[in-house]
Amino acid sequence: MKNRNIRNDSRFNVANREALIGCVLAAFNILWWYGFAYGMGSKAPEEYTYILGFPAWFFYSCIVGFVVMVILIIIVVKFVLKEVPFEDEEEVDSL
Amino acid sequence: MNWGVIIPLLIFLVIVLLVGIWANRKMDGSTSFISDYFIGSREFGGLVLAMTMVATYGSASSFLGGPGAAYSIGLGWVLLAMTQVATGYFVLLILGKKFAIVTRRYNAVTLIDFLKERYQSKPVVLLSALSIILFLFAAMAAQWVGGAYLIQTLTGISYTSALFIFTISVLIYVTIGGFRAVAITDTIQGVVMFFGTLILLIAVIIAGGGLSNIFSDLVAENPNLVTPYGQDGQLSSLYVSSFWILVGVGVVALPQVAVRAMSYRDSKSMHRALIIGTVVVGFIMLNMHLIGVFSRPVLPGIEVADQVIPLVALDVLPPLLAGIVLAAPLAAMMSTVDSLLLLVSSSVVKDVYINFMKPRASNKHVKKVSMGVTAIIGIVAFILAINPPELLIFLNLFAFGGLEAAFIWPIVLGLYWKFANKYGAIASMVTGIGAYIGIHFYNEAFGNLLGVHTVTIPVFLSLIVFVIISVLFKQEAYEFPTKPLKKVQK
Repeated sequence: MKNRNIRNDSRFNVANREALIGCVLAAFNILWWYGFAYGMGSKAPEEYTYILGFPAWFFYSCIVGFVVMVILIIIVVKFVLKEVPFEDEEEVDSL
Repeated sequence: MNWGVIIPLLIFLVIVLLVGIWANRKMDGSTSFISDYFIGSREFGGLVLAMTMVATYGSASSFLGGPGAAYSIGLGWVLLAMTQVATGYFVLLILGKKFAIVTRRYNAVTLIDFLKERYQSKPVVLLSALSIILFLFAAMAAQWVGGAYLIQTLTGISYTSALFIFTISVLIYVTIGGFRAVAITDTIQGVVMFFGTLILLIAVIIAGGGLSNIFSDLVAENPNLVTPYGQDGQLSSLYVSSFWILVGVGVVALPQVAVRAMSYRDSKSMHRALIIGTVVVGFIMLNMHLIGVFSRPVLPGIEVADQVIPLVALDVLPPLLAGIVLAAPLAAMMSTVDSLLLLVSSSVVKDVYINFMKPRASNKHVKKVSMGVTAIIGIVAFILAINPPELLIFLNLFAFGGLEAAFIWPIVLGLYWKFANKYGAIASMVTGIGAYIGIHFYNEAFGNLLGVHTVTIPVFLSLIVFVIISVLFKQEAYEFPTKPLKKVQK
């Protein structure tokens, strides 16, 4: 009988899903960062365009990329993550 | 002596000490000394959690070594540093709620407590305690050296006296205040870093005559400085990308970071910390490393990379403001050292002493031993730092990579793969550390194997070994306990 609620702790399902979201966010972060840095930065420095004073590759990859990640995380936190209690019910403790 | 610089630094040190005393008072009211001393009774909210993670992680390497490297290498190094934005959200999302729930059930106050319950294996405990003590001690000594150098540069007193001041101030608040003191001072230090780097960045841009001026100066000196490839074209895209493992996602496995993922109060704190942490870590890393690059036209010809930040701050800011700004790298070092000190101490006390030597120690005895061990470790680090090894960033990264290779899979697979077992964990740790040390020396001698950072290959190797060995020695699927384990600690 003590096995009854082992498998269906729904909080673990929430946790597993959020861990996956973490991986997706990181993957997106890497692609954005890599794409702009090496997509726009590989040409000769004389051909660089500048945005707000910064070379375009750096501006998009590091500055815009950072802002985009912050916005994504705010969206994820506000709309996707679920609040769950961390403590287990105290009554379970009484043997 | 430059009193305008020294006074803000002194005020900063006094505040930090007061926090230590306050935390020590607060501890008297708690029921379990060990949970309070090593993990602050899991009561932290979002801001403190985010700040203590960022501050622990952002160390001397990111505050002196990093901008120093950016100074000589250029924007390519800023690009590399920005891989660290991931630490702001990745650790909390991956370890996240599952780690928080499970470690509460286990009554775990250290990373090793978690591994011990999950794998039920003495070799796992010993192996992890050993690697924590060894590698983090090295990292700590490097920070000690950095702190002393900084005080020496700023005040002009001798290296040994600077080291002494640094040691005393850190030791006092960590020893008496424990984790709560560390987390609260981390928060203050994080705020100092946040605004300190911002002020300095603005001042440097003004001193350089604006962004377009600075960039045309850089291009005139060496166009490679504004490319992603470094001043000699030495940074390949593959090499820079491999830093995503070292300083991005791999940070999940650093014990000093992981322990923070069990210290927060509730899901709300964690959610807030995700946002605050990402903003703060990205902002600080971007600003700090840009300062390094922009300092080049402003103050050319600095020979010692670690001195770029102190010298440029003294150059472009009025003394009082420079003192406030330079409290930032000092804060970065202190906040890393304090956490490492407490973590090494917890490994010695909780994981080795209480586990194997005195399982039924009384609360009072544990208190004496914890504080004593913390003080002794600090003093040993002080003695070792008197004759410091040369490259700060090197030692620090060595400790980083070694620990990541050792712990990443035992933690992550232990949480999310029910067939992960102790044989896999042991094999993975041995492989990770062994491969890291081996490849490190290979890379030293022959250049980077496959063109990636040392940590990359060991992390993949230890994953493969973990899975193969776990499957070979297949046991029953592991299920986490459904209720809190009985408390044995007094």
